[in-house]
Amino acid sequence: MFDHLNVVATSVFVFFFALVTIVGFFASRWKRGDLDSIGEWGLGGRQFGPWVTWFLLGGDLYTAYTVIAVPAVIYGIGAYGFFAVPYTIVIYPFLYLTMPRLWAVTHKRGYLTAADFVLGRYGNRPLELAVALTGIVATMPYIALQLVGLEKVIGALGFQGQGIYAHLPITIAFVILALYTYKSGLRAPALIAFVKDVMIYVFIIAAIIVIPYQLGGWGKIFAAAQDVYAAKVAANKVPAAGLTLSDAQVMPYITLALGSAMALFMYPHALTGTLAASSGKAIRFNTMTLPAYSFVLGLIALLGMMAIAAGVKVSSPQDAVPQLVLWAFPDWFAGFCFSAIALGALVPAAVMSIGAANTFTRNVWKPFIHPAMTPAQESVIAKLVSLIVKVGALLVIFFMPTKFALDLQLLGGVAMIQIFPALVFGLFTRWFNGWALFLGWLVGIVVGAALSYAPQPDGAVNWAPVHKMIWDIPYWGHLDSGLNFAAYNGLTAVVFNFLVAALISLVWRSKAPDETRPEDYLD
Amino acid sequence: MKYLYLAAPALIALAAPLYNRVDPQVFGVPFFYWFQLVLVPVSALGIYFFDRAGRA
Repeated sequence: MFDHLNVVATSVFVFFFALVTIVGFFASRWKRGDLDSIGEWGLGGRQFGPWVTWFLLGGDLYTAYTVIAVPAVIYGIGAYGFFAVPYTIVIYPFLYLTMPRLWAVTHKRGYLTAADFVLGRYGNRPLELAVALTGIVATMPYIALQLVGLEKVIGALGFQGQGIYAHLPITIAFVILALYTYKSGLRAPALIAFVKDVMIYVFIIAAIIVIPYQLGGWGKIFAAAQDVYAAKVAANKVPAAGLTLSDAQVMPYITLALGSAMALFMYPHALTGTLAASSGKAIRFNTMTLPAYSFVLGLIALLGMMAIAAGVKVSSPQDAVPQLVLWAFPDWFAGFCFSAIALGALVPAAVMSIGAANTFTRNVWKPFIHPAMTPAQESVIAKLVSLIVKVGALLVIFFMPTKFALDLQLLGGVAMIQIFPALVFGLFTRWFNGWALFLGWLVGIVVGAALSYAPQPDGAVNWAPVHKMIWDIPYWGHLDSGLNFAAYNGLTAVVFNFLVAALISLVWRSKAPDETRPEDYLD
Repeated sequence: MKYLYLAAPALIALAAPLYNRVDPQVFGVPFFYWFQLVLVPVSALGIYFFDRAGRA
C-alpha cells in the first residue's frame, strides 16, 4: 500500500491537511454567532464582506475538479477545453445585473435559498419543490466529482490501496471535512478558502514560470501539442483536436460557454456563497475581482498542453496535471501543489453540502414534513443532511464507476439551467405564471434528458452534452430545424422551457399572491 | 449605452469565429489563447466602468 509512497510530498500534504482541519474547527469561533440557527450555520450570518466573499466564492466555484478536468480536455483534444474561459467571462456581467437583486430580496424577506425566493414570488409550492429538488439532485454528483479530483492527487502521491483500502484516504479526509462542516457551518469553508486560494495562486504562478522555462518556451509547448493533436486526428482516435476549433466544434464551444454560465449561479453552492455576502456592494465588488480566478483558470487549462510537451503519458487524461506536477517540481513543492488541489476539493464539497442541506431543510422538510419548525430545529436538520449528502457522495465513488458520476454531473448541469426562467426572470418581473414556469421546467428537463441520451452503437447507455439541431422525436418522427450545427443540450432545452412558460403565461394569468414588493429588490 | 460596457466583452467572448485562429502569436502563444486571456481583465474593467457610470 505504501511501497511507492512519495514520502516528502506526502508529508507536506498531511501537514496542510492537518492545518486546515484546525482552521475548520476553529472557524466556529470566527465572527461568532449562534450556530444553532440555520441563518448562522448555513449562511454564516450574512456578514461576509467583499474580501471574504472573494475568497469564498473563488474557492467555491473554481473547484479541484475544474483544475483536473479542464486541462484534461486540453490534453486530450486541445482548443475545445478552453471554453471554460469564455464561460467564466460571461458569468460576471450576468452576476452584476442579477445577484445584488436576489441578495436584497432574500435579505429583506429572510429567504435562505433560491426555492424560498421562488415560493415567495410566485406562491406556488410545486415550483418551489421543482427548484429545490433540481438543486439537490444536481449537487450530489458534483460533490462526488470533487472526490474524484481528490483521489487523483492522492494517487499521484503514490498511495496504492487494494480492496476496501483503495478509498481509505478520501474516506478519512471526508469524515474530517464532514465533522468540521457540521460544527462550524459555512464559516469553515470560508476560512479554509483563504488558505486554499493563496496556495492555488502560488502553484499556478510557479507553474507558468518554471514549466515553460524547462520546456524551452511557449512556442515549443504549442508546437509539441499541435503535433500530438494532428497525429491523433490522423489515427482517427478523436474526431477533432487542434490548437484551434474545428468548424464542427465552434457552435458547441459557444453554446457550452453560454449554457454553463447560465447554469452556474443556479446551483445551491454558488447561491449560498453569494447570499452569505454582507451587502449588494460586496457582490458587485466581486463581479469585478473574481475574474482574477478566471484568468488563472485559463492558465491552468494550458497545463494540459505543457503535459503533452513534457511527454507525460497517461491512460486517463485526468492524471495529466498531477503527473506534470511530479515531472516539473521537486517533491516538497509537488506536495504543496497537491495540497492546493485537495483543498480545492474540500472547500466546494463543504459549501455544496451546506447549500444542498439548506435547500432540503427549507424547501422539502419544512413544507412537507414539519411546517412549524423553529430556526433551531432547521439547523439540526440541515446539519444532519450535510452529513448524509457527503456520505451519499462517498458511496457513489465506492460503488459506481467514475463515468457514472460524470454522466450524472452532465445531466445535473442540463437540469440546473432549467430553473433559470423561474429564478432570473422572477427577479425582474412577475409577468410569468408560477404554473407556466413549472410546466416549462418539466418540458426543459424532459427535452434536456432526451437530447442527452446517446446510446452507443452496441446499445450501452451513454450520455452526451451536445446534440445536432435535427431531432428524432418518439411518436412524431424526424424533425430538421434547418440549423446546421450542434448545441449544448441544456441551452436547447431551456429555450423550449422558456417558450412553454411564456406561451402559457400569455393565456393563463396568475392570481397567486406575491409577497415581495418592488423596493425589496433594491439594496 | 452604458450597457455596452457589460455586453460587449461577453458577446466578443461568445463570438468564437472572431478569434479562432493561430496568428498573430505573442511569445509563441496562438491568438486563440492570448486573446481570450486578455479578454478576461477587459471584461472586469467593463464591469468597473459600468458600475461607475451607474453611480454617477
